[in-house]
Amino acid sequence: MMHSHKRGRSPGSSLGSSTVAVHAGEARQKPGDAITDPIFCASTYTFTDTQTVIDYIEQDQPRQEYGRYGNPGERVVEQKLAALEGGEQALLYSSGMAAIVGLLMSKLSAGDEVVFFDECYHRSREFCSKHLARFGVVTHQVRTGDFAAMESAINARTKMLVSESPTNPHLSVIDLECFGALGKKHGVDTLIDATLATPYNIKPLEYGVDFVLHSATKYLGGHNDLLAGVIIGTNENMESVRNLRGVMGAINSPHNMYLLSRGLKTFELRMDRHNANGQAVAEFLEGHSRVEKVYYPGLPSHPQHAIAKQTMKGFGGLVTFLIKDADWRATADVVDAAKLARIAPSLGGVESLIEQPLVMSYYQCTAEERQRFGIPDNMIRMACGIENAADLIDDLQQALEAGQ
Amino acid sequence: MTNWKFRTRAIHIGNERDAQTGAVVPPIHVASTFVQPGAGEWGEFDYSRSGNPTRKNLEQTLASLEGGVGGLAFSSGMAAIHCVTMLFESGDHIVAGSDIYGGAYRLFHKIATRAGVAVSLAPSHDVGQLASAIQPNTKLLWLETPGNPLMSITDLAACAELAKRRGILLGVDNTFATPVLTRPLELGVDIVMHSATKYLAGHSDSLGGALIVRDQELLDRLYFIQNATGAVMSAWDAFLTSRGLKTLELRVREQCRTAERLAKFLAADHRVSRVLYPGLASHAGHAIAQRQMQGGFGAMLSFEVKGDYAKAKRVAESTRLFQLAVSLGAVESLIEQPASMSHASYDAQDRAAHGIVDGLIRLSVGLEAAEDLEQDLDQALSD
Ligand SMILES: Cc1ncc(COP(=O)(O)O)c(C=O)c1O
Ligand SMILES: Cc1ncc(COP(=O)(O)O)c(C=O)c1O
Repeated sequence: MMHSHKRGRSPGSSLGSSTVAVHAGEARQKPGDAITDPIFCASTYTFTDTQTVIDYIEQDQPRQEYGRYGNPGERVVEQKLAALEGGEQALLYSSGMAAIVGLLMSKLSAGDEVVFFDECYHRSREFCSKHLARFGVVTHQVRTGDFAAMESAINARTKMLVSESPTNPHLSVIDLECFGALGKKHGVDTLIDATLATPYNIKPLEYGVDFVLHSATKYLGGHNDLLAGVIIGTNENMESVRNLRGVMGAINSPHNMYLLSRGLKTFELRMDRHNANGQAVAEFLEGHSRVEKVYYPGLPSHPQHAIAKQTMKGFGGLVTFLIKDADWRATADVVDAAKLARIAPSLGGVESLIEQPLVMSYYQCTAEERQRFGIPDNMIRMACGIENAADLIDDLQQALEAGQ
Repeated sequence: MTNWKFRTRAIHIGNERDAQTGAVVPPIHVASTFVQPGAGEWGEFDYSRSGNPTRKNLEQTLASLEGGVGGLAFSSGMAAIHCVTMLFESGDHIVAGSDIYGGAYRLFHKIATRAGVAVSLAPSHDVGQLASAIQPNTKLLWLETPGNPLMSITDLAACAELAKRRGILLGVDNTFATPVLTRPLELGVDIVMHSATKYLAGHSDSLGGALIVRDQELLDRLYFIQNATGAVMSAWDAFLTSRGLKTLELRVREQCRTAERLAKFLAADHRVSRVLYPGLASHAGHAIAQRQMQGGFGAMLSFEVKGDYAKAKRVAESTRLFQLAVSLGAVESLIEQPASMSHASYDAQDRAAHGIVDGLIRLSVGLEAAEDLEQDLDQALSD
């Protein structure tokens, strides 16, 4: 098994990962000799004469043409993310969902099939099961982590296996080695949405996974102030994905690209704190008398703790838990009593956020659907930020007491 | 809320949820002017030079982190210092520590003097000599600690007592220490100043300055000058600075750890004749720094290379990670030669008198991996 995480060193690079985060993708001498890259707002790029246009097209020269095909600031971030992930090429989108859609639309055609593990971000599921179906793509959902079920769902038309790891909001951890191997065995592409782990905690490409995807809105951007998505894979695998992005147009803005690049410079520091805060909060909650159950891969009680411990450097800032003997309203009272964590969807930013999946992402679902998706009424999802851990715990403590 | 720890306050104070939309990050208010409820009736904001919601948010965060009653954000660090000097008038006198930023030296000696305000320098680390420099017309004692570029340490509590006894204001440029390590207002200092360009914003992408005070009346006087003269921070820079503050403690503590390691590495190296870092036991200000700086000794350090001017210049020019540039406090590590760069605006004899020798090299330690930076210095020295 390739479970060696040499702390702070990225594969294929002799530089520490914080050095990579600060410098990768950036020219040492930048335009205007500036220490930071300029923000290119231009929607289009000029050619000196007709011959340069022809040369550009015929020789496939690396230069800018039009904003929908890329931007100099975006290239910097793409190279940074590829380096952090240990992959060849990264491709950015206007949001995580746009990245998922962009990848699936470029790899699937009518008649193709997709198999995915059932615990996932609800919009990813919605896109696969509702929208891909409209284009004649068949989607199979199997129990998260059940590789036998996944394998038996594979047939000659299967083109892609999809999973998150850890999953949202249950934080189940997938054995990536099995996942990658299954794809290889059947000649099927594999995709891991590693938004909740980030390349700081796990690098799925090392396990033979073909594509890694992140909602960069979360930890990568890290400040709850931008939306972005990214896919990383080999140059060969990414070519058609990049081409389709240029056609579909879900490109991010130059301003966001700058903020994302800036956020990545403190990525390692922030992740260290998210991991430490997530662990501390999970341990606190597990010891609290009002808590029925905590879902967190860093706890020995977690069903995949052994594999998580082997493969992950840390377990992230997301902690999901159930309030003992509480109906939806008593659970909501705990959420409402939080003073530091704010009630909002999303995760991965410096500010802690808290939400009750029932009333946030799953409000429109029927009780039967929620049961199928494993969303009980007494579930709370806490996205730990990078505040002081004692302040977060004090806040939860008083919220659990107040909401009683 | 007020008993939240530093890091929690850096994220939340001044960044309360937007009441109108619920936005987790307050909007960036780019408006230059604000619609008023009626003629002669004023809303909270009227015109962005006088006040801007995004700038105000940042000022609240800064006041919380430094422990002041309020703060003012400026377009640069120099604009902030200039605002302080405009408290004074012809015939007044300022005593400044000798180990200060070259631009502050220039402002005091070439601009304040035009308004008839006189300036004397005295050794930054020596409270006795600072006291002797105070005259009957002295209105301000101005210090930087750690000093720039010699990392001299001034005993702020002792100076606060001195200033109080002599009835003068004490201002401290806290750019190098940051409120993570030192909070001068808690030690009795009257005015804290920052080049927010440095650690506060932290990413080499914004110019800014700040003043934070613990007395409302002084704040009102400074605000009057700022509004009347107009060197305010832009909303966009206020946003970037607020965003930077959210990781300030993480960045500064990590950068301090790396700087300490590099200082030890250089101190043990035979190619280096002298290392100036307050975290080294050999540093003259070490004992005071241990008291005054909490949990780290800063991420700035200077050293002298054995050999001539040309050798020092070669070292500064041959690093691969450290980049040759003035400024400091950001995620990228920088290297520079004070005599020819940051302190070129000192008169040559003042430079010589205060020990800013040609062979001196100043490092601003960034967020790169410590071992990468150490290797980089090692190869640059072998050149
Ligand atoms: C695991 C996961 N994947 C994808 C997404 C979608 O990303 P975005 O909101 O950036 O479109 C989210 C969050 O919203 C998520 O949590
Ligand atoms: C200690 C110190 N004070 C003040 C300044 C001036 O600040 P600014 O460049 O933001 O005007 C600088 C840097 O340039 C500095 O290093």
